[in-house]
Amino acid sequence: MSTKVVKSIREAIALTGLRDGMTVSFHHHLRNGDYVLNMVMEQIADLGIRDLTVNASSLFDAHQPLADHIRNHVVTGVLTDYMAAGLGREISRGLLERPVEFRTHGGRPSDIASGRTPVDVAFIAAPSADPMGNCSGKYGKSACGSLGYAAADAMYAKKVVVITDGLVPYPLLDWSIPEIYVDYVVEVEAIGNPAGIVSGTTRITRDPVGLVMASYAARVIEHSGLLEDGFSFQTGAGGASLAAASFLKDIMLSKGVKGSFGLGGITGYMVDMLRAGCFQSLLDVQCFDLQAVESLRTDPRHQEISALHYASPTMRSAVVDSLDVVILGATEIDTDFNVNVHTDSNGYIMGGSGGHSDTAAGAKLAMIIAPMFRARLPIVTDRVTCVSTPGRDIDVLVTQGGIAVNPKNGVLAQRLKDAGLPVLDIHELKAKAEAITGAPKALPKGDRVVAEVISRDGETLDRIYAVPEL
Amino acid sequence: MAEIVRLASAGTLESSDVYVEIEPWDEGIELQLESVVKGQFGGAIESAVRATLAECGVERARLTVSDRGALECVIRARVETAVLRGRGES
Repeated sequence: MSTKVVKSIREAIALTGLRDGMTVSFHHHLRNGDYVLNMVMEQIADLGIRDLTVNASSLFDAHQPLADHIRNHVVTGVLTDYMAAGLGREISRGLLERPVEFRTHGGRPSDIASGRTPVDVAFIAAPSADPMGNCSGKYGKSACGSLGYAAADAMYAKKVVVITDGLVPYPLLDWSIPEIYVDYVVEVEAIGNPAGIVSGTTRITRDPVGLVMASYAARVIEHSGLLEDGFSFQTGAGGASLAAASFLKDIMLSKGVKGSFGLGGITGYMVDMLRAGCFQSLLDVQCFDLQAVESLRTDPRHQEISALHYASPTMRSAVVDSLDVVILGATEIDTDFNVNVHTDSNGYIMGGSGGHSDTAAGAKLAMIIAPMFRARLPIVTDRVTCVSTPGRDIDVLVTQGGIAVNPKNGVLAQRLKDAGLPVLDIHELKAKAEAITGAPKALPKGDRVVAEVISRDGETLDRIYAVPEL
Repeated sequence: MAEIVRLASAGTLESSDVYVEIEPWDEGIELQLESVVKGQFGGAIESAVRATLAECGVERARLTVSDRGALECVIRARVETAVLRGRGES
């Protein structure tokens, strides 16, 4: 029987021919429970390989050891779509000499496919795989559901290593990534900590402010003119976004609207909407909870998609191009509707676009849902600390204190006013928040660039600067 | 004038709240301020604390203020409560 199984990660790395200066890639379906990136980087460091670029679809606090690899010059370049606050703070203090390159979930695979950011060795964390490398995220003790972000890495990397804690006899059926792309397979004890991989349950918010926002959000969709048969929808896993989905479900059921598809990172709430008949199908690039994983495994209407298919701007088309409504978050939004999801208001990196600007660009209605202020900082500013998604792609901001519609979408503003919703100018909303919080003093900007934000079309959208000591 | 006679505190370290500790002090107001929004509101927070102390008639005290983004009304309420507890009349 043929096999690509090698006995250790170390042996696989050696066999790939990885050398100084090359690029390695990782995907983030195991989220904050991921062990694979750290296990691989530890072996790479131990082998004495240096000056590597890490291209990871997202980096979580579980990946904090990466900071030491940067300090030791094992890693000298970082490309990612999202960076959690722990590593983000170190980057914002100037840890890495070369600026981090932030892309979107659509821009990243597009640049890998085009060769703009080539990958030498891709490491695929696979909850289930066979000895020839057919692999899936739907089965096994570390099941995470979709492996959508890993697809481009597997297809275009020069060498591909599958790392699994669920080796099964050949052939594994119902694969996400087929053996045709895979060079080596490594079996390990555990690829991740199940508690960090998927949430047991994602919950809607109980915060009264969040529920007011969610109810407005659902009513904006109801009166947008888009909520009719064939409707398509994406929302995040945040408490208020889930509450909005829950209110929307009630509206759709009471009006008998038969939607087309739900998209995105999928939660149990979207699965409930599928089962209730709100949608014909779910298109899933990442599962957020166990109910989503179970549904992807068992319900043929719930389909896994690659990041290229989800959001690439350079494929013939991507699903985001057919999306009606997306609900998104923000740390800041300015009076031109530019949105920041990369940094906090002090300028420290604590996130990234993910699919934010891809879906905002594609959807007919891109909605930001956020409280008027958080911890005394108003959500609306004169100018965002970092432009993650340009204002031209944002249609409406929903807060508990009112709804601001981008002036480019006058039809929507009129529809919402006619429906009796509290529509106000974004400048008024800013003033309303500042009447409660006081006007924040602008912070000094650092002078060293620590990260570059690259739009889904490959343009430099903004730069993130080192945070000066106060 | 209100005399602070014992160590007292008010508030929490939850987001959007402020934790205030007050204790007896020989001379003037000694204020240590830490805040997640110090850059944006540091001056405003200090003014609110000092104004509240003046309104309560406190002229000698040492305060440690750990702010998690509290609104001004919350800051004033926490300082006033800490004063009332510290002077032993509450």
